[in-house]
Amino acid sequence: MSVLMLAAADPSQLLPAREQMAFTLGFHIILVPFGVAFTFITMVANWRGLRHDDAEAMLLAQRWSQVAAVLFAVGAVSGTVLSFEMGLLWPGLMDRYGAAYGLPFAVEGIFFFLEAIFVAIYIYGWKRLSPWVHFWSGLPVVLSGVGGTFSVVAANSWMNSPGGITVRDGKVVDVDVWQVFFNDSFWYEALHMLLAAYVVAGFTVAGVYAVGILRGRWDRYHRIGLLMPLTVGAVAIPLQIAMGDVIARYVFNAEPAKFAAIEALPHTRTHAPETLGGVLVDGKMHFGIQIPSGASLLSGFSPSTKVHGLDAVPAPVRPPDNLVNVVHLSFDVMVGTGFALLGLALWFVWLWWRSRAVEPNRWFLRAVAVSGLVAIVSLECGWIVTEVGRQPWTVVGLLLTRDAVQTSGDLWPFFGGAVLIYSGVTVGSVYALRGLRRRWAQGETTSVPYGPDNDPDQGHTGDPGLVDAS
Amino acid sequence: MSTATGVVLLVAILCYGVLGGADFGTGLWDLTAGGAARGAPARSLIDHAIGPVWEANHTWLIFCLVLLWSGFPTAFSAIMTTLYIPLGIAAFGIVLRGSGFAFRKVSMHTAEQRLNGIAFASSSVITPLCFGAVAGGIASGRVPTAGHGDPITSWLNPTSVLGGVLAVLTCGYLAALFLTAEAHRDGAPALEQWSRRRAVASAVACGVVAVAGLFVLRHDAHRLYDELLHRGWPLMAVSALAGLAALLMTLRPGRMSPALIRPIGALAVAAVLAGWGAAQYPYLLGTHLDLHAAAAPGSTMTALLVVAILALLLVVPSLVWLLVLTHRGNLVTGDD
Repeated sequence: MSVLMLAAADPSQLLPAREQMAFTLGFHIILVPFGVAFTFITMVANWRGLRHDDAEAMLLAQRWSQVAAVLFAVGAVSGTVLSFEMGLLWPGLMDRYGAAYGLPFAVEGIFFFLEAIFVAIYIYGWKRLSPWVHFWSGLPVVLSGVGGTFSVVAANSWMNSPGGITVRDGKVVDVDVWQVFFNDSFWYEALHMLLAAYVVAGFTVAGVYAVGILRGRWDRYHRIGLLMPLTVGAVAIPLQIAMGDVIARYVFNAEPAKFAAIEALPHTRTHAPETLGGVLVDGKMHFGIQIPSGASLLSGFSPSTKVHGLDAVPAPVRPPDNLVNVVHLSFDVMVGTGFALLGLALWFVWLWWRSRAVEPNRWFLRAVAVSGLVAIVSLECGWIVTEVGRQPWTVVGLLLTRDAVQTSGDLWPFFGGAVLIYSGVTVGSVYALRGLRRRWAQGETTSVPYGPDNDPDQGHTGDPGLVDAS
Repeated sequence: MSTATGVVLLVAILCYGVLGGADFGTGLWDLTAGGAARGAPARSLIDHAIGPVWEANHTWLIFCLVLLWSGFPTAFSAIMTTLYIPLGIAAFGIVLRGSGFAFRKVSMHTAEQRLNGIAFASSSVITPLCFGAVAGGIASGRVPTAGHGDPITSWLNPTSVLGGVLAVLTCGYLAALFLTAEAHRDGAPALEQWSRRRAVASAVACGVVAVAGLFVLRHDAHRLYDELLHRGWPLMAVSALAGLAALLMTLRPGRMSPALIRPIGALAVAAVLAGWGAAQYPYLLGTHLDLHAAAAPGSTMTALLVVAILALLLVVPSLVWLLVLTHRGNLVTGDD
């Protein structure tokens, strides 16, 4: 996306640095919902299993925790790469603002630590911990998912609305920690991302069981495997849409440049239209569907609301048309997919209210099957809106992205390596998850020992659980 | 204040070195365990030993990074604009190690397991090699205060080679000790013997390299060498004694539970790392940037210390619980 924004004056490393950041963050963010929200869904199933003696719910919870183990591992290591990239790609940011921007990550460190510890206890504790102790060991995972999201988003929102720092001679000399963390856009972004995690995890997990039912597995196991996560997603999506509406008005008031890019509005005006789709070429909107006064109405509840256009942004820091188009179209896709998911949630409520069963409706199942993918597209588009919408700034008003970028070395091989390795990891994840499914299908219940000659019944000395089981 | 944050950073490095190091070290033994059939018991032991703990232990690295970039942002940026090659490789190594390990655990076919196993094991060797080289570059003063130092010689130099080799060997040593204890607990004498032999071999190798390393430092990082022997000698002595004691105990099986040897071996490694910190004090980079000059504003340092205290109150007890559960064999895999 940033290919087009590369102006002649930009340092040569800007393009690979931005591409790599977008690529690795875009990869990592797909795994985040599974670290943040999947454990909650698993705990719901676990609770059902314990409370109502529900064997199928218990089995689902156990299997989900195994899937979470794989996804959490990939999420943890791809998140670590982002930490390295703070310095490897953006040393200018860390050098100048690390003292403020870095702090929320220190808080995140605690949450990530607790998450890693209790995820392990929860995943590996099924056999030997007492059932309720084991159940409650999942709670710190859910809570640190919330805390971790808030901390990381605090850092991100600080870039959009930096506050709490005193700068003298280009150096940060004092930091108000509270204001850095709880900066102006903090609550908006933090709650938006938290809800997004529940939306993505809920619909994605539900989709897996929708596919199962479509393939003819009409059992109770698949039924509750569909219903529990779908309920979580269906509860989260209307809240998310309401939240999004509030945030859009916040952006309108607090970040007019980003709002102008979102609306792809060339000139400041009242009765500003809401343009769906379309592209801006040479300052003119083409092919879009315009709702008269839509943007004015949505942002100020009156057609006479004045909306700042791109011409209100000073020319040197005005985003070029192609960048504006990326932001505008991503926003449209995010909102569109969000409403599609809301429609699915309403359909779910309707079917449930009518007949307490969703399985007979194959079109509904098909919609659920793809809903996870739709939710992920929405999530990615949301991040594109906030990240690309901030350009050319890394820290709005303080630091241009071109001044933050690494100037040593050559980032292209690093980016190439990232693409290669992440592709391998993606393929590996798919194989690993398919392997898990196949193993469950075969009804195998112990971990797989290595090697072709190894007979599972003989046991391997390293696994005391196996000895117990036999 | 900057010294306090520096101490917290050193403690985080110690924890990562010992706990994370032991996890990395298993890669060395996994890589050399032999073919699929012959290496199966050893790889299974490694799986169960580090499965539940490696992610938590890995988090110490995140802690080191955030402490460095928030507390000493100029130093962080100087390191990242100089040592970007080994750090970039280490970042990829971390990805391959973690994913390879997680994937191998759930793969069904030998071919998949082998591929994932190679990714896990080889990157477990390469990553500490890179981190050791980075430490060597910093300790020998090859990272300028303003950054952008030599991209090659900053990590391809005598001290870095020493750091890298020593890192791989100590990781291997810690791993072998931990695996011995694990095999002992599981009542697997053959594996215990297997791990014990590796613990002895790597202990000897660590000792030889450490002593030879002093000569390297005398020529390549003279101040570090001086201070190691002056200010740092008690720590060096502790390390040598603990290392010897652990070696003797490992050589005479049956006299003492391997679970008790484990902390003594860990002490030997931790003391070397602490010695490095003590010898380098008050400098953060070589002999040109000290902690005070590199420090972020006081309010940031206070916040970091509060975070450290919170970590002490929240994280440490949780981590102890996790390690106790693991060492007692209460965390196991399996669907049912």
